[in-house]
Amino acid sequence: MAGVTAATAHRRRAHGAFAGRPWGVAPTALLLLGAIYCLFPVFWVLIAATKSPGELFSTPTLAFGTGFFDNVAELFAYRDGVFWLWAANTLIYAGGGALLSTAVSAVSGYALAKYRFPGRNAIFNLLIGGILVPAVVLAIPQYLLFSQIGLADSHWAVLLPQILHPYGIYLARVYAAAAIPDSLLEAGRIDGAGEGHLMTRVALPLMVPGMVTIFLFQFVAIWNNFLLPFIMLGDDQKFPLTVGLFTLLQAGANQPALYNLILTGALLSIVPLIALFLTMQRYWKTDLSSGAVK
Amino acid sequence: MRRPGRGAWPYLFLTPAIVLFTLFLAVPIAYTVYLAMHRTRVSGLGLGKGARREVFVGFDNFAAALADAELWQGWLRVLGYGALVLVVMLGLALLFALLLDSARVRLARFSRIAIFLPYAVPGVAATLLWGFLYLPSLSPLKAVLDVDYLGATTVTYSMANVAVWGGTGFNMLVLYTALRAIPRDLYEAARLDGASEVQIALRVKIPMLTPAIVLTTVFSIIATIQVFTEPTALRPLTNTISSTWSPLMKVYRDAFVTGDLYSAAATSIVIAAISLFLSFGFLRVVRDRAFREG
Repeated sequence: MAGVTAATAHRRRAHGAFAGRPWGVAPTALLLLGAIYCLFPVFWVLIAATKSPGELFSTPTLAFGTGFFDNVAELFAYRDGVFWLWAANTLIYAGGGALLSTAVSAVSGYALAKYRFPGRNAIFNLLIGGILVPAVVLAIPQYLLFSQIGLADSHWAVLLPQILHPYGIYLARVYAAAAIPDSLLEAGRIDGAGEGHLMTRVALPLMVPGMVTIFLFQFVAIWNNFLLPFIMLGDDQKFPLTVGLFTLLQAGANQPALYNLILTGALLSIVPLIALFLTMQRYWKTDLSSGAVK
Repeated sequence: MRRPGRGAWPYLFLTPAIVLFTLFLAVPIAYTVYLAMHRTRVSGLGLGKGARREVFVGFDNFAAALADAELWQGWLRVLGYGALVLVVMLGLALLFALLLDSARVRLARFSRIAIFLPYAVPGVAATLLWGFLYLPSLSPLKAVLDVDYLGATTVTYSMANVAVWGGTGFNMLVLYTALRAIPRDLYEAARLDGASEVQIALRVKIPMLTPAIVLTTVFSIIATIQVFTEPTALRPLTNTISSTWSPLMKVYRDAFVTGDLYSAAATSIVIAAISLFLSFGFLRVVRDRAFREG
């Protein structure tokens, strides 16, 4: 009986493959359309950034221009090289913030996954509940509180509020639960290792792949954040690239002569993230419980 | 000296997270609530010390926010924009995830990476790229569809396109990851029963994906209601976007341009309440339906 069903199914599938030739390529074609849609603006700005101000309006859209290096030089000279400062600030905010965030998430996730203690669920729910609090409720009071202690418009005002990340804690907990065998911790305890020692020498090394994922997500989130630095900062020497680009756009939107500067700035501010993203492909996961078993 | 027992360690590990939670979440929330229930009263001519006092006004600011016509217009705009973004973005994310998961697709890796790529582009940069693509003087899109992409009615669609472009990849990845976790033998069983790939997608995969679809929808609702970056970054390029286009933009204007922190706090709580209401409402609808069907 089973053999008959399988044979029918097989025949049907073979039949489908012949009759449905156009259908066979449809999924691939749809996905490629999606890919083109997603790549097009990036590809366009790559070309636009190579054009001199004159070429931008006169040459065909998809023809490379001759002004790329002039554009870059002009951008780096803009207001005494403020673009460099924006890039450096972004690196401080995103790099430093993501490092601290990963550390806090990993330690919290490990504690929540591997210890049984009163209040465990309450603390977990409280920390995770933070994800439901809209950023808008936080940004204004955070600004006011920072200005009361004289730290608004400082690097700290952008760095500190972005360390706690509910999703990071959630991922770390899931990863710790899957990647750290209880038996290993017990063996360590029998050997007389302290809890702090167990965390730094046994647990955290096992959590490194998960921590890379958390770092990447947080790095991108901080790099892309606009609202918080926009509200906190007034001094353009402390701007990250997002806010810097916005001020560049505000200054140049009505002056077509500045368009090439803005487009080059946009290109240079997305290149590092795209590079990071392509080189770290295998760490971009949203489900860490399956990744740990491999 | 006695070493602390194992009981104290998890709390020690969780201390950084709890301190950050208190400083950057709990205190700001409490402060917002406080501000939302107060207002400055000016007595006499408003001169001299003590002429301006902060007084408790209960729910007056909330009543004012709910009666504010400008804010309502913002809500209507965001409702239209949000519905469009949610349906198209999540629809495409689901379609792409299902296509990637079907065995017949070629170049799947390339498409997956390309569609996820916009996730690495900051919202400001994405808006800037598309904004320039919409500009009549530069637009290669004119060749596709000759309309004013930044006109009074078209601007909503143009902005929705930026959000769809930026958000589809991440949601696709979440759904795709969830799809990969479904046991393959379920499909084999359906295939033996003669189900086609499309039937398997509709009858097996989508029902199994429900939790992931619900999760992505809730987070997309929260993010969409708080739309700020796209309209703010598009403003320099067109005069069709007012400074109060979205509710969050009005909060920003109240707080930092008009200097009315009390109204801003009340409005931000209203925004938070509405986004939580819609998220939980959505969860409820989904749960009720699941129960009825089960």
